[in-house]
Amino acid sequence: MTVAVTLRVEEKLYQNRYLVDSGRPHIKVRPHARPSANLLGLTRVCPAQCYELNDQGQVEITADGCMECGTCRVLCEASGEIEWNYPRGGFGILFKFG
Amino acid sequence: MDMIAEKFDAIVIGAGMSGNAAAYTMASHGLKVLQFERGEYPGSKNVQGAIMYANMLEKIIPDFRDDAPLERHLVEQRLWVMDDTSHTGMHYRSEDFNEAKPNRYTIIRAQFDKWFSRKVRAAGATVLCETTVTELVRDAKDKVVGVRTDRAGGAIFADVVILAEGVSGLLGTRAGLREMPKPQSVALAVKEMHFLPEDVIEQRFGLKGGEGCVIEAVGTISRGMAGLGFLYTNKESISLGIGCLVSDFGATMQSPYALLDALKDHPSIRPLIAGSEVKEYAAHLIPEGGYKAIPQLFGDGWVVVGDAAQLNNAVHREGSNLAMTSGRIAAEAIVQVKRRNGPMTKQNLVLYKTMLNKSFVVKDLKKYKDMPALLHTNSRNFFTTYPQLMSQAAQNFMRVDGTPKIEKEKATAAAMIKARSRWGLVSDAVRLALAWR
Ligand SMILES: Cc1cc2nc3c(=O)[nH]c(=O)nc-3n(C[C@H](O)[C@H](O)[C@H](O)COP(=O)(O)OP(=O)(O)OC[C@H]3O[C@@H](n4cnc5c(N)ncnc54)[C@H](O)[C@@H]3O)c2cc1C
Ligand code: SF4
Repeated sequence: MTVAVTLRVEEKLYQNRYLVDSGRPHIKVRPHARPSANLLGLTRVCPAQCYELNDQGQVEITADGCMECGTCRVLCEASGEIEWNYPRGGFGILFKFG
Repeated sequence: MDMIAEKFDAIVIGAGMSGNAAAYTMASHGLKVLQFERGEYPGSKNVQGAIMYANMLEKIIPDFRDDAPLERHLVEQRLWVMDDTSHTGMHYRSEDFNEAKPNRYTIIRAQFDKWFSRKVRAAGATVLCETTVTELVRDAKDKVVGVRTDRAGGAIFADVVILAEGVSGLLGTRAGLREMPKPQSVALAVKEMHFLPEDVIEQRFGLKGGEGCVIEAVGTISRGMAGLGFLYTNKESISLGIGCLVSDFGATMQSPYALLDALKDHPSIRPLIAGSEVKEYAAHLIPEGGYKAIPQLFGDGWVVVGDAAQLNNAVHREGSNLAMTSGRIAAEAIVQVKRRNGPMTKQNLVLYKTMLNKSFVVKDLKKYKDMPALLHTNSRNFFTTYPQLMSQAAQNFMRVDGTPKIEKEKATAAAMIKARSRWGLVSDAVRLALAWR
């Protein structure tokens, strides 16, 4: 099931145009031993599936496919679990239609 | 940047609906305006359904129909209540909407925002894209006097800064001008652009000559969350999407793309998009908090407009028109203060709020002030139980199987009471009516 979903969202993101600011991720996850419920929730709620659980049970982010929607910020910035910024001007998602 | 030394009458942060309306209005009145947009081009960060309401744009650019990239003018609206296999609908279609100056159009935001931005430049404003504003600059008395960006160079100064930065409102929240949106007062919407030949779209929806049709739907498609599905026809594409409250996504841990894929696969939607080519997948937040979520709108040297000010009418799916109107009104207030040589202080900028209060923007939001809380606390009933009951009732009514009609009606009533209790039904109806009043 998870595999099927992963494939589907990657197919979706593949349609999009991005200018990735290599080496300067605009979102960071604070190092943690065990993720909170909200942070864990991001592995399913992020519409680009940027958040994933690693083998140690910690949540990691790869922000390349991020659409800058701000959902993870609304759920997890206040607690300090993530640090969220806009990409530098011109970088990130570039909607062709929107 | 060689303009750093220059001082501007106004700096606008953001080239979306509200920022463009503000920049255009101020520049047209002769103010020296500098506008920043973090995207590669205006619209590259923006997402909308999108229905655009002509009246509010006409107040800014009366002859917009001459060259604006408009997709279709709407002649039909379908409101659907869906369960897993059916939809119960109210459709309204009228030849009256085929008028010389139609009232509602579908648009594609990336194209529309580029057009609007050309108008802003033509009116005399300076527009700098690919530039993220990173900080508001304040003087010793805490008045906002300018901004810093991620471009090389120092601060850039202006008499007033218009924050038109959209729903996330990073700058304003970090500067302490307002709180970050709460999970229960924003929805996450995901949508796809499905391309089909123009004539196929017209055949499927019974349209001709630029006519358009939109569908908005609630029901089991949001899986118990407070949410809405939508399908809008453009010239050669269909925008299809679904949005639900972020708090509900967080609590239920559902994946937005799984919801979208289920919607695409619903028997009522599938034939409408069959054979289409998907060219984009987008996600964006929508302010849903209504009147009670409106933050402080002005201060010393600043005003906030559009989605950043949470000015969005979730009940009627209106946002861009409130954004354009608040941007225009803020600009008009600033022009008035400027004309009488007043400083851009909190005391003077209250004029923006006074003018906005008199407009439909605040009046409409006030009308529905209790709706967000009601739908939020009762989402399972409104978005799952009632849609299922409605489908059962309709099917009971239509299926001819030899059961006496009186027994069918009794069965329908009993199903309702069983699902939600007599008191629950009455109190939901009363609360809904009160919130609508
Ligand atoms: C899926 C969806 C469907 C919708 N459907 C409809 C509809 O059918 N009809 C309707 O009327 N409304 C609709 N809306 C709402 C509508 O899109 C918004 O109300 C409207 O876009 C708000 O305009 P705005 O100018 O306030 O914000 P935005 O359009 O979001 O513009 C904000 C701009 O500011 C820029 N920006 C932000 N921060 C910075 C910074 N620090 N530096 C530089 N630039 C910055 C952004 O890049 C962006 O261009 C919909 C919204 C969504 C998400
Ligand atoms: S901003 Fe949106 S798309 Fe980007 S990582 Fe956060 S939730 Fe995912």
